[in-house]
Amino acid sequence: MPFKTSPSPFLYAPTDTSAIMRQVLYALVPGLVIYVYFFGWGVVINVLIASLTALSSEALVLWLRNRPLRPSLSDGSALVTAWLLAAALSPFVPWWMTMLGTAFAIIVVKQLYGGLGYNPFNPAIAGYAMLLISFPADMGKWPALTSQPGMLDSLSIIFNGHPLTVPTLDALSGATLLDTVKNSLKQSYTIQEIQQHPLFGYMGAKSVEVINGVFLLGGLWLLYKRVISWHIPVAVMGSLFLISTFFFVWDSGIYPSPLYHLVSGGVILGAFFIATDPVTAATSNQGRLIYGAGIGILVYIIRTWGGYPDGIAFAVLLMNITAPMIDYYTQPRVFGYPK
Amino acid sequence: MTYTQILYDGLWKNNTGFVQLLGLCPILAITTTLTNGLGLGIATLLVLIASNVTISLIRNIVPVAVRLPIFVIIIASFVTATEMFVKAFYYDLYLVLGIYLPLIVTNCIIIGRAEAFASKQTVGHALFDGITMGIGFIFALGMLSGLRELFGYGTLFANADLMFGPAAQFLTVTVFENYHGFLLAILPPGAFFGLGLLIAMKKAIDLRVGIK
Repeated sequence: MPFKTSPSPFLYAPTDTSAIMRQVLYALVPGLVIYVYFFGWGVVINVLIASLTALSSEALVLWLRNRPLRPSLSDGSALVTAWLLAAALSPFVPWWMTMLGTAFAIIVVKQLYGGLGYNPFNPAIAGYAMLLISFPADMGKWPALTSQPGMLDSLSIIFNGHPLTVPTLDALSGATLLDTVKNSLKQSYTIQEIQQHPLFGYMGAKSVEVINGVFLLGGLWLLYKRVISWHIPVAVMGSLFLISTFFFVWDSGIYPSPLYHLVSGGVILGAFFIATDPVTAATSNQGRLIYGAGIGILVYIIRTWGGYPDGIAFAVLLMNITAPMIDYYTQPRVFGYPK
Repeated sequence: MTYTQILYDGLWKNNTGFVQLLGLCPILAITTTLTNGLGLGIATLLVLIASNVTISLIRNIVPVAVRLPIFVIIIASFVTATEMFVKAFYYDLYLVLGIYLPLIVTNCIIIGRAEAFASKQTVGHALFDGITMGIGFIFALGMLSGLRELFGYGTLFANADLMFGPAAQFLTVTVFENYHGFLLAILPPGAFFGLGLLIAMKKAIDLRVGIK
């Protein structure tokens, strides 16, 4: 009786692209659920719009390029892009903005460069950055946490531009904590005074810190599943922690605490889900540490001295460009060859 | 070299904007509105015609060893004259175009055509080459700046009166009422995306028609 033998390795994990992408999607679910809990149904609508746009624009480009549709559409990479973008957007952005950002991410950032595996920039974050520089006013409009819009209000805001029950969108929206801190610092309030602001929670932005905590849990699950390695998240958060501690100790009156930096804004989501994108990140372990540290430092620089309240999008994009160079200089020595 | 060949080369096959990719600096920097794009395009056309003709006229008396400095001096004189002309008669346009007007002197199209074409051809050919290449450049600038203005501001020919006087205000078309504005198209990345898409479109047309 013939036995089927195959060459080594004999133990392997079935980690094809679609399995990895599926696990990333699973890891995003709890964070998104908590996001909906605090920010209302707009998040769900954004996820739906983004997913539909991502799949249809991917299909469109594949059709134009005469490529088979099924493998690329079913590997889930377009969905991951869509969900990450939707998780980064305010639940108040109009529908066409979500569509435009997702279509830009898939068509220009991903497919024009050759599709999954060839894109130098993370599609989701590039789509987000495109929206951020094109429509600064709408992108800065976040829900005030005092009252969440219901399902119908959210639908009306996204598709008509105004809620149903309250007269204006302004009644429901407010600045984010990062924005508030930045503006108050400009008006020479001290951090201690700003901390009395109702947007402050336990460590950073109220509610957002809880959302980020759940995204952190999802990220840790990805680490446990070995979908991502520890180097990039640890380097991003570690460098941000170190540099913000340094300035916090230097003068805690004008530089907020390191914990504030970690839990407010998009650092956790960025560190675990976006910076770890295997296509656009550095690939050697040493390179990953450099790449992650660069992101953390850039986030701090942009937040503290730059023009935007949060800098994770630009930090990731800037380090995406440097990833090939980092890889070049951190190639591990091949066994048996001199250094 | 026949005139039809020169015409086809300048407008399409060797279009300075889409194929030779010369003069990228003004193409990317100044094409935020159709008026700006056309203004710079016309200035470049004038310089190109004048320098092509002059260089073709003196082509037999210029020593080969020092031809490039001589070309540069000729081009610089024409650029300075054009700049002064625009400054004198279209001051608002001069303010908008700013540094890009004197920078025509560094535009590779002009020295490129001088070296590669005008210094070897008769005056008639050189004149015609200057016209077609310049119009090809205006065509590229016009396409790109039109697209960027349309998507960025939702208008076409905004501030047309800067170039053609108050009578030209009817040219300004508001294509989308209450347009949200799409900053990316106006910012520098929009120029790169726009030019890339236009080059792709040109290639697609060539493929469809079957031109190699």
